[in-house]
Amino acid sequence: MAFVAIADRDHEHALHDPQSFIRKYIWSQDHKVIAVQYAIVAIAIGLVALTMSVLMRLQLGFPDTFAFIAPENYYQFITMHGMIMVIYLLTALFLGGFGNYLIPLMCGSRDMVFPYMNMLSFWVYLLAVLVLVAGMFVPGGPTGAGWTLYPPQAILPGTPGASWGIICMLASLAIFIVAFTMGGLNYVTTVLQARCRGMTLMRMPLSVWGIFTASILGLLAFPALFVSAVMMMLDSLVGTSFFMPAVASMGEPSRYSGGSPLLFQHLFWFFGHPEVYIVALPAFGIVSDLLSTHARRNIFGYRMMVWAILAIGCLSFVVWAHHMYISGMNPYFGFFFATTTLIIAVPTAIKVYNWVLTIWRGDVHLTVPMLFAIGFIFTFVNGGLTGLFLGNVTVDVPLSGTYFVVAHFHMVMGVSPILVVFGAIYHWYPKMTGRMLDETLGKIHFWATFIGTYAIYLPMHYLGILGVPRRYYAYSNSIEFIPPSVHEVNQWITISALFVAAVQMVFLFNLVWSLRHGKPSGDNPWRATTLEWQTPDTPPKHGNWGKDLPVVYRWAYDYSVPSAPQDFIPQNVPPDDRTPAGREHGVKS
Amino acid sequence: MSATAAYIALATGILVWALLVRRFTAKPWEAVLERGIGDDLPNSAPARVGLWVFLAVVTSLFALFMSAYYMRMGHGHGAVHDWSTLAEPAVLWVNSLLLILASASMQWSRANITRGQIARARDGLLIGGLFTIAFLGGQLYAWREVRGLDAFTPGNPAVAFFYVLTAVHGLHLLGGLFVWAKTLIRISPRRPEPIDVRLSIELCTVYWHYLLFVWIGLFALLIAT
Amino acid sequence: MALAVALIVLVLGTVLFHFLSPWWFTPIASNWEMMDETVQVTFWVTGIVFVAVNLFLAYAILRYRTGRGGKAHYEPENKKLEWWLTIGTSVGIAAMLAPGLAVWARFVTVPEGAAVVEVLGQQWNWSYRFPGEDGKLGTTDARLISLDNPFGMNAADTAGHDDILVASPELHLPINEPVKLLLRAKDVNHQFAVPQFRVKMDMVPGMVTYFWLTPTRTGQFDALCEQLCGMAHFAMRGRVVVDEQDTFKAWLAQQPTYANTREVTAGDPSVGEALFAPCTACHGAQAQGNRELNAPKLSGQAAWYLVRQLQDFKNGVRGAHEGDVYGKQMIPFASMLADDAAIRNVVAHIARLPDQEPETTVFGDVEKGRKHYRTCSSCHGVDGKGIWATHAPRLSNMSDWYLARQLQNFQKGIRGSHPRDFYGSQMAQMADVLADDKAINDLIGYVDTL
Repeated sequence: MAFVAIADRDHEHALHDPQSFIRKYIWSQDHKVIAVQYAIVAIAIGLVALTMSVLMRLQLGFPDTFAFIAPENYYQFITMHGMIMVIYLLTALFLGGFGNYLIPLMCGSRDMVFPYMNMLSFWVYLLAVLVLVAGMFVPGGPTGAGWTLYPPQAILPGTPGASWGIICMLASLAIFIVAFTMGGLNYVTTVLQARCRGMTLMRMPLSVWGIFTASILGLLAFPALFVSAVMMMLDSLVGTSFFMPAVASMGEPSRYSGGSPLLFQHLFWFFGHPEVYIVALPAFGIVSDLLSTHARRNIFGYRMMVWAILAIGCLSFVVWAHHMYISGMNPYFGFFFATTTLIIAVPTAIKVYNWVLTIWRGDVHLTVPMLFAIGFIFTFVNGGLTGLFLGNVTVDVPLSGTYFVVAHFHMVMGVSPILVVFGAIYHWYPKMTGRMLDETLGKIHFWATFIGTYAIYLPMHYLGILGVPRRYYAYSNSIEFIPPSVHEVNQWITISALFVAAVQMVFLFNLVWSLRHGKPSGDNPWRATTLEWQTPDTPPKHGNWGKDLPVVYRWAYDYSVPSAPQDFIPQNVPPDDRTPAGREHGVKS
Repeated sequence: MSATAAYIALATGILVWALLVRRFTAKPWEAVLERGIGDDLPNSAPARVGLWVFLAVVTSLFALFMSAYYMRMGHGHGAVHDWSTLAEPAVLWVNSLLLILASASMQWSRANITRGQIARARDGLLIGGLFTIAFLGGQLYAWREVRGLDAFTPGNPAVAFFYVLTAVHGLHLLGGLFVWAKTLIRISPRRPEPIDVRLSIELCTVYWHYLLFVWIGLFALLIAT
Repeated sequence: MALAVALIVLVLGTVLFHFLSPWWFTPIASNWEMMDETVQVTFWVTGIVFVAVNLFLAYAILRYRTGRGGKAHYEPENKKLEWWLTIGTSVGIAAMLAPGLAVWARFVTVPEGAAVVEVLGQQWNWSYRFPGEDGKLGTTDARLISLDNPFGMNAADTAGHDDILVASPELHLPINEPVKLLLRAKDVNHQFAVPQFRVKMDMVPGMVTYFWLTPTRTGQFDALCEQLCGMAHFAMRGRVVVDEQDTFKAWLAQQPTYANTREVTAGDPSVGEALFAPCTACHGAQAQGNRELNAPKLSGQAAWYLVRQLQDFKNGVRGAHEGDVYGKQMIPFASMLADDAAIRNVVAHIARLPDQEPETTVFGDVEKGRKHYRTCSSCHGVDGKGIWATHAPRLSNMSDWYLARQLQNFQKGIRGSHPRDFYGSQMAQMADVLADDKAINDLIGYVDTL
């Protein structure tokens, strides 16, 4: 038990359950509370971004109807929507939320290894969100440079929020990166150092693998954003010329000379592409566990799944310039980046096959989490395949800058991970609260979201092939190749978007309502094998495991093992005892 | 940029190799061992592992700054050659020496604490920190020197990078000094009961060596260009 | 069950949508049919995978859903199956990548002897430059850009003196002749994109980027900016006209060289004074404007703007719309000015006239107007004094009733709908932002305070 002593040493003080409300729910160092704090803030700011997308859709569907959406507002909405969704919602929710909640529980630890730093991570994240929100109220409003924040436009007149807004944005990003680094160090070190006895790396559930790898990607990639944010702030405030070339802005010569806008793009995408996988890999991992649990079948090809996650993680650092095929960089780079980008499709495809093969010959329970997980497979296959268009340099040229790109990244980075987020919440809500979410509301939520989002994005692909450019406030009739049918379909897309947005309120209602009125769930309502379902209490108390840490004897996917009396064997059940009443066994040693 | 990509590929590769190769090909569904305990139990202090992970992050940060430096110098496609070389102030050589001494003192302190020589370890730690503060003072002096140069203008990327790189490095040292001060208080002779600071001193030493290594890299880059 | 059916319906629906979609590539007008072909190949490969994976998924759900008596099959992995799937995927990937790289190899190799044209982007319009007889473009520098030198030409470089400057968003290209487009930006990133050409490229300030194509079809094509470049990004519009060789040559011959533009003399106000005499009847002796006669104030307005409007009236670009009653009245007067020199002379005279403050005739909610004006300020300046680079005239201290009417005209398409009125059509898109006459009055009410 030498190791247990090490793992526990940091928590001796923490094991005394804090009693006061503030210590328990506000200044908490408990990973479960921090996870919920992260999730609440992320969802709250995500709702702001959702509202912005609704406003954008209103403008596109019914131009000139809503006087309060001027062009600069539209570009501010675009920018904020993108940035919030990618960074402040998805990254924060998957790593700060699910990572925090699941890593210690799934690895059999009492908490993160650095609980104080973990708490600090959340508060700094909150500060980043507040600075971001403050940026919406400064003179000139938030930046409207697009979420890519390309210089020179980001800090030159002509772009909304080019003076104050962009500084708030960059400052907020820098603060977020500090918060993420504190969190990420925790996630990685906890996985490496605080697993319980018997939890070998290859016995970890894929959720942990996904979050672990994504955290490493984040730790190595976010510095690129940090570097570019610092240098752009200096360009704007001090007048350095890191990114700013000699320009004549609004007819007036500027104080800059010699900087390289492409340098920023390289730095940004060096972060930006791994960022895609920072969001995707936790989703991959979580969805694997959802599929396995609800199909009552072991995940198919576990080892291949782990290798694929690692391969994708490594490759994601050598594909960044596929966002820059027609940025003006040396076009010869296109050969290299098209090749690496298409290679990354192989491990990704393997993951898709293995998910489908997990369902194949399973015992598929179409529970609400399972609906979302299968919905994810469909949307991800769709979004992943359109990625093959944009990753292949020649095919990308006519499609880049059009609605095809919008459709692609919303399918692959918006809808797909969000479906996983929903599935995961329906799946783990019982563990977090002790109550089930309402199933009928859950099904309404699923069907409306799944079908509604597809109705939004499927036509957009074809608008993109026609050549309809993205990031346009309005499509005047003077663009000759855009027929009136485009305006009609834009109205339909807007109606679908309003519908999908409205249905999310059903979900929020369900979250709140079930807290008190949901059906009591018991300890392990899905009859799952992973450790978080084997805690002595539901919801788990401070320290997670009561007096003794669990001991793991098997991998996370012993579902429907032949000759076993039940169709699942929890990880902490010793080999000689295949009954699922594992908890007593788990703590005995 | 490609240098950074290579670094990250290397870092991930080493991680994968170190962590996984042993267990990589294990078939976890078969390996229900006697009593079910796997053999790759973690055995290092979390703080030590945490520090090494953090150093990987910092390496990524500095590697990216250096990649940006290299590309901005005009090695990238389409760059403009407006790089006006900076004559680095001579005081940087003195500063480098100070940082080497700081690092050496830390090492001495670490050697003593493992031998149980707490008083000497304390002295070493104190001296190491003081050398570091002297280094930071020297860096500030160098900033003033550069300010007086003809080449000083925010538009000159050589100047801008000099300030940014030294500032980022200095901030990391300041962070180190925070931990250093905490350790120094814990090891204070006036404390009634001694606290085990072996790990703290060890980690400080590693961190100082690392930042010395980074500084030598930065200094070489600044001198060479 | 419902989910499996839904998946099948979605797959079939997607395939149907694909074949029935009214939106597909615009008819191609360049040599890059190969790009369309690689897109088609990609569609086939990915389409087959899309259908196969999702139908298999639906089948698996149908066949193995719970309650059908079966127990799940315990099978940790199947190396053989996984390897076959990996190999199959790799083959599919290679089938898409190989043609893609082959076409890209042609993209990066500009044919020998391709003609060269420079496209110059700025917030928020285009201009173009052809090398003159020497076949070489002169050097430029963003720091030299000014009202008199909008291209930033380096006067010391004699190679640039015969460069042909096209200070209009309309570019003509000859058919069937390979052309290398050099892209330059004055201020921020832009992208020169003509959907019918398929190829496009960002323009980045501080460097020159390029792509090449051979136009294969005559006609007029919209050129769009596809790199977010600020508030009016969506209104940054150009036009590429592909001509037969002769027509192209005739067009090119009409365009001024850099040397020509430098020879243009400043207007002579004393000559202009006589030319201005007929104007005084409506616009007043001091060009102070006359509301009763629907003649706006001219004094204080930027000379470059007055010159352009006079040319537009003369050339039928402005006042041609049947709804433009007062614009039509202006046409014969503008036509009295014989040539550009006369126009410059009369404008020079107007510039000498005192800038009196016109009386306020439009009243609105100034605070609301201030909010509306944020959009306008991007081009017309925070102080409403106008910015030559964005081709936006002065608004402050001008006839407010006239501004209100012009906004209405822009909204109704009375002004700005002529195909060659590029800046007017830009303003028309902006005027649409104002919801109604009340908003116009609010806005003008604020402009009156500037």
